[in-house]
Amino acid sequence: MTQGIGVVGLYVHDQDEALTFYVEKLGFRVHTDVRNGDYRWLTVQHPEQPSFQLGLFKPQAPLVDAATAQSLEAAVAKGAMPPLVLIVDDCQAAYKQYRVRGVEFTQEPVDRYGSVDASFRDPFGNGWKMIQAR
Amino acid sequence: MSQEPKLLRRLLRAKDRMDAASHEEWPVPRLAEVSGVSEAHFARSFKEAFGVPPHRYLLTRRIERAKTLLRDTDLPIIDIAFQTGWASLGTFGRTFRDITGESPSELRKREQNTPNQLEQVPACYLNAANRPDLTIAVLEKRRQQADGSIAESNETESEK
Repeated sequence: MTQGIGVVGLYVHDQDEALTFYVEKLGFRVHTDVRNGDYRWLTVQHPEQPSFQLGLFKPQAPLVDAATAQSLEAAVAKGAMPPLVLIVDDCQAAYKQYRVRGVEFTQEPVDRYGSVDASFRDPFGNGWKMIQAR
Repeated sequence: MSQEPKLLRRLLRAKDRMDAASHEEWPVPRLAEVSGVSEAHFARSFKEAFGVPPHRYLLTRRIERAKTLLRDTDLPIIDIAFQTGWASLGTFGRTFRDITGESPSELRKREQNTPNQLEQVPACYLNAANRPDLTIAVLEKRRQQADGSIAESNETESEK
């Protein structure tokens, strides 16, 4: 495929903590980590999906004003951001592996509609659905 | 004053736990412990964060789950009542009607007779759409409806 979505970003409260979570716990790898003053462009990618980058961004000035940044952080912490879906080959196996690493699951693997899915959150409140590929 | 993201994140844990096991009992001390907030502050902080008090939120999840089971299964209604966290069929039926406007069996009949393509929608979104929006306490709603019906019957009287 030569066209498609390249980067989608998430809001996180702390980029160092986000990097640790997404790389050490979920097994992503860093794609770009560039700083310019207080601003840091940080993206990770899934090792099996090199054409896609997940941005781990902090809502901050000057991109958004301070009050908006605070609202965005609150929205993340309340679990109000849009859903994220991670596709895995084996949901039970991934669940066990991630759990050992301290990933906070909000739903254990459930077999339904001919597939298996579980739910977890990143340290900031972003909610992930983990679905077994069919 | 707006709430700190760290507190909100901890309150979200209590919400997540109720979501995952809405049939269980969730007394305030248990919820407060999950959130690491004092019992005295838990209910107020939760309401400020999510717009509804914790037990009303729990009620919305129970009703939502009951509606799904009524629609998708042929389980006896009493089993659904117990599975969704009620201690008696009577309380379940009354609360269900107060909130949804129809009895469990009426809802089941209507839903099961309506053709749909619900399998196209992810289950969690389908469930969320079933969740009642309890902006007022159930008892308050009951009282308002009672007032409304009194007002209506008075109107009818005066029209005669």
